[in-house]
Amino acid sequence: MSIEVRNVNKRFGDFVALDNVSVNIPTGQLTALLGPSGGGKSTLLRIIAGLEFADTGLVEIEGQDVTHLPPQKRNVGFVFQHYAAFKHMSVARNIAFGIEIRKRPKAEVKARVAELLALVHLTQFADRLPGQLSGGQRQRMALARALAVEPTVLLLDEPFGALDSKVRKELRDWLRRLHDEVSVTTVLVTHDQDEALEVADDIVVINDGRIEQIGTPDQLYDAPANEFVMGFLGPVTRLRGQLVRPHDLEMFAADPGGAAFGQITRVNRVGFEVRVELTVGDEVVLVTMTRTHYHALGLDVGATAWVRAAAGAPTVGNPASHPLTGPVSEPVPG
Amino acid sequence: MTDAAVLDRDEPFSAPSPTPELGRRPSRNRSPRAVRYVFRFLVVGYLFMVVAWPVSLVAKQTFAHGLSSIRTALDDRLVTSALRLTAYVSVVAVIINLVFGVGMSLILVRRRFPGRRILSALIDLPLSVSPVVVGLALVLTYNRRDGFFGKTLEAHGYKILFANPGIIMATVFVSLPLMIREIVPVLEEIGTDQEQAARSLGASPMQTFRRITLPSIKWAVVYGVVLSLARALGEFGAVKIVAGNVAGKTQTATLIVEQTYQDFHQDTAYATSFMLAFVAVACIVVVTIIRPKEHV
Amino acid sequence: MTVASFDDATTTTSALASRPAGGSSRKRRAPRTGALTLGSGLGLGVGMIWFSLLVLIPLTAVVVKAQAGGWDAYWKTITNPQTWAAIKLTVEQSLIVTLVNVVMGTLIAWVLVRDDFFGKRALEVVIDVPFALPTIVAGLVLLSLYGPRSPIGINVANTQKAVFLALAFVTVPFVVRTVQPVLEQLDLEAEEAALSLGASKFTTFRRIVLPSLAPAIGAGAALSFARAISEYGSLVLLSGNLALRTEVTSVRILTYIENGNTASASAVASTLLLISLAVIVLVDIAQRRIARRD
Repeated sequence: MSIEVRNVNKRFGDFVALDNVSVNIPTGQLTALLGPSGGGKSTLLRIIAGLEFADTGLVEIEGQDVTHLPPQKRNVGFVFQHYAAFKHMSVARNIAFGIEIRKRPKAEVKARVAELLALVHLTQFADRLPGQLSGGQRQRMALARALAVEPTVLLLDEPFGALDSKVRKELRDWLRRLHDEVSVTTVLVTHDQDEALEVADDIVVINDGRIEQIGTPDQLYDAPANEFVMGFLGPVTRLRGQLVRPHDLEMFAADPGGAAFGQITRVNRVGFEVRVELTVGDEVVLVTMTRTHYHALGLDVGATAWVRAAAGAPTVGNPASHPLTGPVSEPVPG
Repeated sequence: MTDAAVLDRDEPFSAPSPTPELGRRPSRNRSPRAVRYVFRFLVVGYLFMVVAWPVSLVAKQTFAHGLSSIRTALDDRLVTSALRLTAYVSVVAVIINLVFGVGMSLILVRRRFPGRRILSALIDLPLSVSPVVVGLALVLTYNRRDGFFGKTLEAHGYKILFANPGIIMATVFVSLPLMIREIVPVLEEIGTDQEQAARSLGASPMQTFRRITLPSIKWAVVYGVVLSLARALGEFGAVKIVAGNVAGKTQTATLIVEQTYQDFHQDTAYATSFMLAFVAVACIVVVTIIRPKEHV
Repeated sequence: MTVASFDDATTTTSALASRPAGGSSRKRRAPRTGALTLGSGLGLGVGMIWFSLLVLIPLTAVVVKAQAGGWDAYWKTITNPQTWAAIKLTVEQSLIVTLVNVVMGTLIAWVLVRDDFFGKRALEVVIDVPFALPTIVAGLVLLSLYGPRSPIGINVANTQKAVFLALAFVTVPFVVRTVQPVLEQLDLEAEEAALSLGASKFTTFRRIVLPSLAPAIGAGAALSFARAISEYGSLVLLSGNLALRTEVTSVRILTYIENGNTASASAVASTLLLISLAVIVLVDIAQRRIARRD
């Protein structure tokens, strides 16, 4: 294991940022720490980097106990959400900083900087100041700066959070390809489930200072451990007390057997997708389907429809005591 | 989609907030404890030796014999008349600076005209001019023998130098930029959006100023007044030159401190100093307390 | 005079350091503004007349008076041994005081921003006291601790040390108040980035923090120097004004005035004005460098 975190606790005054957190992060993988803001994921990352120290617990990097080591002795690369550019230094000098600190020969520094500039596609901007770059370019510079010291682990704290969505998506793809190329152990903090699902080999879901689930994107998506994880990874709706994804629901014009029924209260079409709201008892259930499928059903607002989860669809929660229908009027075949 | 249809989540789609996670600040970037203590010691030590201790000694000297030296000072007709003059001059100077400062700030920030940049730079000039030079400049211009304006004014019976107008002018001169320096940044910060909104809602320029602009620069004006007042009460060099130092007539409080000290009435000097220092420190404390704590 | 190149940066940020205007020193985008209207034009006119009568014409009169006797007379006044000694002393002591302020002022700002302890708020008040205290009182204040009746047995009255002390007292706020807001807005993450890249605390300070503070320190130093060379009130009682030994430039000008020699007074005064003006230009350049970086 490249990074091992054991029983780490961290409080800021009365606020419990991390509550007995343990996690292993495998070598060479890209692991995402996913969770809502203030959930403790950034604190965990900063504790791994040595920018924050755990109240109790242990942190190991490549087998070495670094719990009390200052950041400059951990050989980690850290990339910040707001770039943390050295504003008074050119792009090249920014990237060279870590290598210069290590007193490498001038020629070596120069060669390494050139190599990294090429890697992050900033060669023609080498002599610019960070203030003259776009956000995406600055973040690439920051990444090159972190990689320059050949870190044991690369830690990214919401690296694309300050960028607009288009650039964010581009950089996300680029980061994945970069990681496949350099394959340094990477930990990415994000609150964006799409980012985590798309980029990461493994995802650690953190909420309220506790780990909710650890697994591959598929495991998390297909077998969420609890309502929080399921809810955090994408839209969900509730049918007979169970949490289920709206696109995993099947809707019928006639009773297929074992389905709940209710009245269609709202229909909203967005592009190819049709979102249907069904009032089942005291629940409003959201069902999404393709436009074609919806037209084939021939249903409209006010009609009665039957709904059930598709076979094999992941659900969370106990369906137990919920009846098939609530106080709705007599079912009228649609 | 209604809210009911989708479970409340932590809005994973929304843009991330740039605010740092709760309560993280305090432990960030702390220097090692030993370094912190050394720095603290140096800073407190320096300020104590250079500022705090000497200033506190004035209070001690003044009250060494209880209230007697204050009483002696206040029984001295020359001291009381000097204090009255200083109070009068300061109030007049602050009012002049208030009108000039607010008006000039508004024009400098909200209007474009040729020479605006030069003017905004020149307005700062009085702060870096020696009080003695200020006095000299006023003497050269307003003396009645060969002064640029002095001769004409004298011919019409106006006396500037060695009289209250001169003292007021010297005081206004040295405190002139203080008000503008407080107001201009605030005016630039708030922009014109609110004013334009008010105008679009039918407010007249006067109503807009009174109900939108004035409330937002209120604190800046208050600081400006307090700082100008402190500066005005304490002006010495410039006033010394233009006032002529006629005891009981054109002698201000700071001038009486010098004179009584040199005449070996040190108790009176200390007592008067204490009164001036008390007002000055009170001004600073008031400003520190009422200043909004935006960046703490 | 090369003031034509100035803009608002001088007004908004150089801040005489007297005290930060509450908000950030960062400059916002210029608000939409209009041309002069009848009312504002009239206001500007009245304001300009007042400003001219009070500041511009009198200061010009000083320069004109200094020029009246020609270059030779000017040079003769400046090189008069007593005057020259005063200028030399003033500039020397001002430079030393400025140096002390650069170090102590930065340190004080650092402690105020980065440290937290009981009584920090009182320290804020103490720093502003020299700005608000009447200068003659400042002299008296220093005399009570460092004069003939000193309770700690240190008597520097009527020596050059007294000049240094008085200048150090009155210039305490300048560097602190220019550096403090910049330090407050400094990107903490840049320092953390440097640490994570292997830089020590000291290297981080030297290579990341100090370059960011340098323009502000420079501006504060310039203001502190300008104030020091023009100081008068606090020296009157403390330095003894001994010719050739403890007499500073301002005192020298006053002596000329009292002797009715306004021409010589003007010569020395315009030299001071020139230095002040140079300092304002320097401050402006420093401020522009801060603004450009963001």
